[in-house]
Amino acid sequence: MHRTGELYEQYRTLEQQRETASLGMWIFLSTEVLFFGGLFMTYTLNRSTYPAIFSEASKTIKLSWGAINTVVLIGSSLTMAMSVWASQVGKRKLLTFMLIATLVLGCLFLGIKSIEYHDKYVEHHIPGWNFQFEPGADAATNAHTQLFFSLYFGMTGLHALHMIVGAGLLLWLIKESLRGRFTPEYNTPVENIGLYWHFVDIVWIFLFPLLYLIDRH
Amino acid sequence: MPREHYLNATYGIRSWLLTTDHKRIALLYLASVTFFFFVGGAFATMIRIHLLSPKGLLVTPETYNKLFTMHGVAMIFFFLIPSIPAVLGNFLLPIMIGAKDLAFPKINLLSWYIYLIGGCFVLYSFSTGGLDTGWTFYTPLSSVYSNSAVTPAVLGVFINGFSSILTGLNFIVTVHTMRAPGMTWFRLPLFVWAQYATSIIFILGTPVIAITLLLAGMERMFHLGFFNPALGGDPILFQHLFWFYSHPAVYIMILPAMGVVSEIIPTFARKPIFGYSFIAGSSIAIAVIGFFVWAHHMFVTGESTYAALTFSLLSYLVAIPSAVKVFNWTSTLYKGSISYDTPMLYALGFIGLFLIGGLTGLFLACLGLDIHLHDTYFVIAHFHYIMVGGAVMGYVGGLHYWWPKITGKLYPEFLARIAAITLFLGFNLTFFPQFILGYLGMPRRYASYPPEFQVLNVMSTAGASILALGYLLPMIYLTWSMRYGEVAGPNPWPGTGLEWRTPSPPPTENFEVTPEVTWEPYDYENRPDLGLDVKGAPALAHGDD
Repeated sequence: MHRTGELYEQYRTLEQQRETASLGMWIFLSTEVLFFGGLFMTYTLNRSTYPAIFSEASKTIKLSWGAINTVVLIGSSLTMAMSVWASQVGKRKLLTFMLIATLVLGCLFLGIKSIEYHDKYVEHHIPGWNFQFEPGADAATNAHTQLFFSLYFGMTGLHALHMIVGAGLLLWLIKESLRGRFTPEYNTPVENIGLYWHFVDIVWIFLFPLLYLIDRH
Repeated sequence: MPREHYLNATYGIRSWLLTTDHKRIALLYLASVTFFFFVGGAFATMIRIHLLSPKGLLVTPETYNKLFTMHGVAMIFFFLIPSIPAVLGNFLLPIMIGAKDLAFPKINLLSWYIYLIGGCFVLYSFSTGGLDTGWTFYTPLSSVYSNSAVTPAVLGVFINGFSSILTGLNFIVTVHTMRAPGMTWFRLPLFVWAQYATSIIFILGTPVIAITLLLAGMERMFHLGFFNPALGGDPILFQHLFWFYSHPAVYIMILPAMGVVSEIIPTFARKPIFGYSFIAGSSIAIAVIGFFVWAHHMFVTGESTYAALTFSLLSYLVAIPSAVKVFNWTSTLYKGSISYDTPMLYALGFIGLFLIGGLTGLFLACLGLDIHLHDTYFVIAHFHYIMVGGAVMGYVGGLHYWWPKITGKLYPEFLARIAAITLFLGFNLTFFPQFILGYLGMPRRYASYPPEFQVLNVMSTAGASILALGYLLPMIYLTWSMRYGEVAGPNPWPGTGLEWRTPSPPPTENFEVTPEVTWEPYDYENRPDLGLDVKGAPALAHGDD
């Protein structure tokens, strides 16, 4: 693929290239919605089958970590939105700063998540790995709480994987932004990776109440 | 032939493996789907030989389970689904809309590598213990009880899904943003509409099968319980999620073939297509309604009567846009100047076989009848009429139709007609007896059968050997024609689309100058540049032999 300046050879204008990339990202995100959709469907069915077990299992997850992480992630969406704005108005230093802030917040989220995972490991709540809901729990309770934790790890794990990919993309953005590549005329990557980051954030906004807030009032 | 074109613009293995030219990627796909077609075909051959005798001739029942499973997995996920979109669609879509390439050429190449990685996983599974779950991977057989190599196969199909998603994404974006000046939505060739509709299913359906198979794979690897009733999970949930993709996937296979037929018929009837906007709209309608019929695969799972009734009704509805297409194709033929060149033989064969396949689909959508026909050979015959009689006929017909564009050479017409007729006869002899077998009650997936079914089974196997010959012939003469075929020229039939206004084979950038479209699609009457006297006798593509 050859490109002249920022324009790749298959496009006629920069405007066309920008529209194309943006549409591509939106369509990619719609595939992501359906990808997570399968998990949400599985969650819905299992929770409606075992409502009591799900609320009991949910209470063993520490609410504080989840709440802190929600704030951290929403904060990172704010800094991401600031980066997009900074790239549009050509504030290069602010752009780099905001991208780094987003990355730091993202890593903080992942760090807290790994503390939570470690807690679950200590409590024998890792599905398929010496799983024991509580000492002396009967086989049915163990099986059904294990369903909850399979979904917990499946959903938050897939979400964390998306965060890790996002962190990689942010690293690349920071590198390019330090080189001064993004200008008010060309900032498509910042915009698109921003969209991705917000999507990952929104997924968490759904995961947090579904996994942490069942029956807590 | 032009002196420089996409095939000889650059040389060497790297120039192919790292190419971002959609036309070269199409050829990479052509080679790999053909490989999987013969892998799947080899399993089918063994199945048919085995069923020559009531007790089974060739293998143990356990091995038989593996044969039909591996036949299905290879054919569906690695041949039928990518065949027309990734080969013909990849090659033609940008040219048909007057673009230099797809919107995301690197992602296009990436999708081929993902396909290859998925394919390697599946071949690994086939060669280390095989796979015996049925192509449907139903749980808990696949997640708990099967002793075959399920995990690599599930991962392979999971990975391969992303290749479909990326192709679909690329096509949709390309159609939206890369059209040449003057190429409005209602001037798009119907093949492009069909690819667009297929891509909608790719992007909305494939992610669901991906996550479902991932969950089933995790369940097997870590002994989790999502779909395992012994651990509180629900196996019916797996079936719902599986068919949410896999029924629309049937339309992934047939819609592009309908697109091919919509191109071939006006060309060889020398007439504008009848009801352009209805054919275009029916493609979209099939893609949309196709998402709401999945549970007709599950009438015998004990789902609620109301759900079954709704899904039955919706399944009838999806037949309407398909019928719209068939009526429009036939109306196009009416009073046309028809020539029976090879692609036309495939297109006409497609209409007949698809009609039978589609109508028998309505039998199966009928609640009462489905209880009798469920899991019998009737179902096998029905979907082979759609997938082999429909999708493969469309694919092979399309390959012939655009072969001169792809290679710059004509295939030997006489031999090609013989092959088309052989395929048609062989196909019917193979699968029509299976309708009767199914109606009489022979269940699918059994390694043996009562002796009174032998005659029909022997007929079916005889048909399969004719069918195999019908596939080998094009394989041989198409390869031969790449070197020795007659030079085709830019527009041998002649066709009306943009792809026929560039040299054969096209240059790497497709067009020397970006074309500007000023004519309506399939308009034979106002196109003096085609050199046709449309009111009088049609000029023939090559000597009518």
